[in-house]
Amino acid sequence: MYKKLIMKNNKNNLSRPDKHGYYGEFGGAYIPEMLFPNVEELQKKYKKITGENSFKKELSLLLKDFAGRPTPLFHAERLSKEFNTNIYLKREDLCHTGAHKINNTIGQVLLAERLGKKRIIAETGAGQHGVATATVCALRGLECIVFMGAKDIERQAPNVARMKMLGATVIPALSGSQTLKDATNEAIRDWINHPHNTHYIIGSVVGPHPYPDMVARFQSIISKEIRQQLLKETGDRCPSHVIACVGGGSNAAGAFYHFIEEKKVKLIAVEAAGMGLTSGKTAATTQLGTTGILHGSKSLLMQTADGQVTEPHSISAGLDYPGIGPLHANLFKQGRVLFKNATDEEALQAAFHLAKTEGIIPALETAHAFAVLKDISFKKNDRVVICLSGRGDKDLATYMTYL
Amino acid sequence: MNQLEKQFKIKKENLLNIYCTAGYPQLDSTAEVMLALEQHGADMVEIGMPYADPIADGPVIQESNMVALDNGMNLPLLFKQLESVKDRMTIPVILMGYLNPVLQYGIEQFCADASHAGVSGIILPDLPMYQFEKHYKQLFKKNGLSFIFLITPETSEHRIRMADKLSTGFLYAVSASATTGNAVDITSQKRYFEKLKKLQLQNPVMIGFGINNQERFHNACRYAAGAIIGSAYIKMLGTQVPVGDGTKAFISCIKGELPLAC
Repeated sequence: MYKKLIMKNNKNNLSRPDKHGYYGEFGGAYIPEMLFPNVEELQKKYKKITGENSFKKELSLLLKDFAGRPTPLFHAERLSKEFNTNIYLKREDLCHTGAHKINNTIGQVLLAERLGKKRIIAETGAGQHGVATATVCALRGLECIVFMGAKDIERQAPNVARMKMLGATVIPALSGSQTLKDATNEAIRDWINHPHNTHYIIGSVVGPHPYPDMVARFQSIISKEIRQQLLKETGDRCPSHVIACVGGGSNAAGAFYHFIEEKKVKLIAVEAAGMGLTSGKTAATTQLGTTGILHGSKSLLMQTADGQVTEPHSISAGLDYPGIGPLHANLFKQGRVLFKNATDEEALQAAFHLAKTEGIIPALETAHAFAVLKDISFKKNDRVVICLSGRGDKDLATYMTYL
Repeated sequence: MNQLEKQFKIKKENLLNIYCTAGYPQLDSTAEVMLALEQHGADMVEIGMPYADPIADGPVIQESNMVALDNGMNLPLLFKQLESVKDRMTIPVILMGYLNPVLQYGIEQFCADASHAGVSGIILPDLPMYQFEKHYKQLFKKNGLSFIFLITPETSEHRIRMADKLSTGFLYAVSASATTGNAVDITSQKRYFEKLKKLQLQNPVMIGFGINNQERFHNACRYAAGAIIGSAYIKMLGTQVPVGDGTKAFISCIKGELPLAC
């Protein structure tokens, strides 16, 4: 009876995949045989290693003393007043390196060390994941190679400089649209060519099983802290709303994770509409995507009728990805998360507004989450948490052209 | 028994399988390339279905995929081209590509159309074995299509046997843990090849990846039924040499029928 109950619970749990890595119909590991041994090793060991006490201890110490956790949950008074509700900002922008990405890279580097890997590779879009990876590799004395789309290298120059200063090698991805998708392809190829000594740190909740689950778990610290902080602040651990931007979906996965089973919490994901949903220059995957396979998992992706992935567009390099993690694809299909979107223009306006209202310059990615506030009707005693996933220093060059 | 399986009954050694991306270098090159390969002594031909994100492939085949896509190649057109040439082909034709375009085409339709177009084997490196076994095995069988799995030097014996059990036609042994077209150290492969030979697998083994000259072809043939060449042939097609002459010289070189070093 008890066993049956557990099985039933697992089956209905939307936050975790089944043993083959499927969230509903999405997920799995669609990889060529050359990647199989490395991916299988991770599949077999990630839960065991990350569950060990010594791992948890080391991780939580580094998250505290190196990354600066817990990050504050800030009651944004002026913004709350404007929308006549209570708005709280989860300040991931105050993490070391300026975004939530380091939560995952610390976890994966500790995992890589326990797997005996000496060489770390990563892909990066905006450069935040690349910087976070380079940072932790520097801390632990590991070789670090970051693949980055040639176009992104151009528009994210400060982050490229940071990675180099941290001792990483940045390799431009020159194929395709020269953005995040292509950087990911290059990283996968590198892993195929270096099967023994290398661990690939995927920066989002995408890729073959177990990456979506592993990255979601490392990022779930965000919602874990929100619960504790909100309880202290308001006496209730559950907010009414959690809002986060979504490219691949790592900060949203982290901010939603411990609320997915709390059905009363409204979860809102904001995709990048680019120049508009019908403009052909967009990255709003759930709105325009169909089921397909990219980077080793089955999910929603933007593609042609022939099954060729289309080139996305967003003003923010971090959301400029034609797919979405399988966890999110399933949450969308099941109707558990409401997916909204914001255009480049709306994101820019939201960024400038937040800067002037609350004294915080957000990353362009993050600004998308703020851009939908005007479209949602809140009640006076709602408690709205927005995941402020990253700070905007890296986007100054873009912001400067609009000053 | 399809044409591919027959070929391995007729010829047991030194089989040469040459790969070319469909729609490369020109949109309508596919038929000409296939006929040239047939005429000049290839034992089978592997046609790549172009895909914009070929993660198992190195730069040469990636580039040929992009050129082919820019030329306008897609599956409906490829099947038309294959059909136009099928009566003139006696050697088996294999399709190689990635799963997503096949899924969007509809995998049942794909199998039916491939079979109708004279194809006898399929290679989809990113289709996992357990998915194949659970969902698709019967479908390929029903359409008379062999399905070929890849193994690498890192693949465990248990898994090699699983791939051997599920494969029909042949087993594709990737000669090194690498993307296609990468140079490979021959001596380090020797133990892997010897190990494969000792396993007494039920399928013939074809060795691929990094085979780009006579020496490597013959070395591979010492341990396996034959070898697969991709990047080196694509490189040749990328030069301005006419397809017929180029293919003739290329195959002579690989087989060692010409004295010159190739």
